[in-house]
Amino acid sequence: MGVIRTALASAPVRALTSPHHPDHYLERIHPLATAEAVRARVVDVRRETGDASTVELRANGAWSGFKPGQHVQFGVEVDGTRKVRVFSVSSSAARSGRRFTLSVKAHPDGYVSQFLHNELKPGTIVYLSQAEGEFVLPDEVPERLLLISGGSGITPVMSMIRTLKDRGHTGHVTFLHYARSRNDEMFTDELDALASDNIDVIRVYTREPEADASLSGRFTLDHIDGIDSDLTFVCGPAGLIATVRDSYAEIGASDRLRMEYFKVPSVDLDAADATGTISFDSSQTEATNSGATILEQAEAAGLKPDFGCRMGVCNTCAVKKLSGAVRHVVTGEICANTDETIKVCVQVPVGDVAVAL
Amino acid sequence: MSRSHPRIRNSVTQYDASGHNQAPLPLVGASDQRATVGLSYMTYEQLDEFGTELDAIRQRVLDDLGQADANYIRRVIRVQQGAEVLGRIAILAGVFNLWVLGAGVVLLGLSKILENMEIGHNVMHGQYDWMNDPMIDGRRYEWDNVAPAQDWKHGHNFLHHTYTNIHGKDRDIGYGLLRIDEDQLWYPNHRFNLPLAFLLMLFFEWGVMYHGIELDEYLSGKMSKDEFTTRKRRAYAKVRRQLFKDYVLYPVIACALIPFVGWWAPLAVLGATFVANIIRNIWTFLIIFCGHFPAEVESFAEEDAENESRGQWYLRQLLGSANISGSRAFHVLSGNLSHQIEHHLFPDIPARRYPAVAREVKVLVARYGLHYNTGRMSKQLWSVASQLASYSRKPSDPYKQGKSPENKALRRAKRERELQNVA
Repeated sequence: MGVIRTALASAPVRALTSPHHPDHYLERIHPLATAEAVRARVVDVRRETGDASTVELRANGAWSGFKPGQHVQFGVEVDGTRKVRVFSVSSSAARSGRRFTLSVKAHPDGYVSQFLHNELKPGTIVYLSQAEGEFVLPDEVPERLLLISGGSGITPVMSMIRTLKDRGHTGHVTFLHYARSRNDEMFTDELDALASDNIDVIRVYTREPEADASLSGRFTLDHIDGIDSDLTFVCGPAGLIATVRDSYAEIGASDRLRMEYFKVPSVDLDAADATGTISFDSSQTEATNSGATILEQAEAAGLKPDFGCRMGVCNTCAVKKLSGAVRHVVTGEICANTDETIKVCVQVPVGDVAVAL
Repeated sequence: MSRSHPRIRNSVTQYDASGHNQAPLPLVGASDQRATVGLSYMTYEQLDEFGTELDAIRQRVLDDLGQADANYIRRVIRVQQGAEVLGRIAILAGVFNLWVLGAGVVLLGLSKILENMEIGHNVMHGQYDWMNDPMIDGRRYEWDNVAPAQDWKHGHNFLHHTYTNIHGKDRDIGYGLLRIDEDQLWYPNHRFNLPLAFLLMLFFEWGVMYHGIELDEYLSGKMSKDEFTTRKRRAYAKVRRQLFKDYVLYPVIACALIPFVGWWAPLAVLGATFVANIIRNIWTFLIIFCGHFPAEVESFAEEDAENESRGQWYLRQLLGSANISGSRAFHVLSGNLSHQIEHHLFPDIPARRYPAVAREVKVLVARYGLHYNTGRMSKQLWSVASQLASYSRKPSDPYKQGKSPENKALRRAKRERELQNVA
């Protein structure tokens, strides 16, 4: 943050604008003029594949940068409602300035990723968080590094490898990437040209393997046979992560493995009553959906959420629903957005639901 | 907030208008007896229909929420912030010119009115939670008022809006200070109903803050000491912040003007800000008193509302509220609380929708032969003042006098019954 923004968010200015945050006023001047709230303007949207895009952003001065491997909460406003999803940064952290890219594969049920892929236009202002996540390259990059990714799990790994290249990293890097096919692969041209003296790039197309490919099929321990590494990063779908984790446990190398997987929340609007799992995210508890209201299920799980009227009037029990679909017990209306505020006293889960309780 | 929630007894059948499986009722009685609210107007079946029709109106509005509503609240915030900034500057510049000072006071007063009513009150009801914008989020919003949002929300959103006009449940009937309803017991301090109401009007935000601490709940043993201490601390912290901003920081800025006009510059700024706060207090008091205290607004006994259905809950809101008619600007300045009836039926839909909703509600009300209480502000205010005056006189019925031997005996009997129930 620059001097001006630091001053605008300082205690004396906060006292002047109390009880509101200075950003409350600053965003009225210009949505990007906020001192602490991170926002960005879309500079460019590029298609990577038929269902994946890269969006280039220029953040406002509240942005304090990212480490390769991190993600941000990305919010777009559509018809008055801010819709938020978490996406990985894919650009190099070695570039100076506040420009960076997010790369996103459009999920069939993912409203924000679909919007980003199909409708997002340059010039749009988007609402971000600071970069988050522990899946990052260490400051001291070890001599021999192995990066494994599957599908759109390539995005944080791409940020890592681009950063290493830009920084002139001299240690040895092996990049093992799994995609369904060459058509389905993001960053294909760049990957074609990536290999160099110290960077090995191995790509495995699981559904449409190439004739001269050295490896084929899904990940097995054989695929990393002969690759020495001090540290391994793996990012991808849960299945890939599980296989890699088990393989590393088998060879007693779990401490050299860093993992991150995408949870694509399942939303089944037609789920039968009392099916699925309800996750209470803040208290790290889970329960089998009993079909009762979320408030009652939380209480049954031993939580003590705030509540008032228990009839959907007073808003005391309002919390963020992180993912999943819920049905209003009076109106029957179903809400399936991620990251929306709901009154848990009058909502029952439809299938899997996660709430910030 | 679980402390003050009534015990839910699962053995009781829950009556509701929509046939859903779970929505709990606000008041669950010990017996299976259905609530009697509204029976003098219609049958249980009609009450259910009435509830279903209102549910449908609510859903139609919810389905239609979108960009226009988001733009509206942001526009109001922009106007409010503009008035605030201009008002503060004019008050500072006002040390050179009294007219400018006067304009500054009006602008700052206007800004505080908008912030408390159309923005603060409505945002804290969760009316704009669907926007998912952290700056106008019902749970996070804190208003420009000495009462901390959290305690106000408990007393207002929960107690007042759920138990509207139920004696012993809705703490907003006379705010524990005034006698405004026939069924409130008369105590000697009620002789001063009118002067007390006048003082409350001038210092309304302080009344709201004090009310939110719920000292009476603590003294009667219904609130733990911890909870009470927490509430007091929250209130002190909020009061400190508000006073520091309005009466220290801005006057200190005005010290820079002392060389130009004299030692009184900071005092002028302090005084002007004080007056702006009083303007806001008077206005909010007037609007709120017109909403529930005119004659013909009904109040209810706890027994009447036990095990009520959704339709009965809706009807109680209608019977317990009164509207004020006026121009569009008037409605905005009242936070659309001039549509108190619609606000009470649907406290969580954006208030800008109330005028349109009112048209549908009026049709419904006419169809069921109910009374829709509305009138000009002067009429409603006169009604409130007359109520305050007439209920200040000692009633001849000893059962309406709080300190009469008859009433003391009644209370003793009730206490003993409760003790037996517990045992």
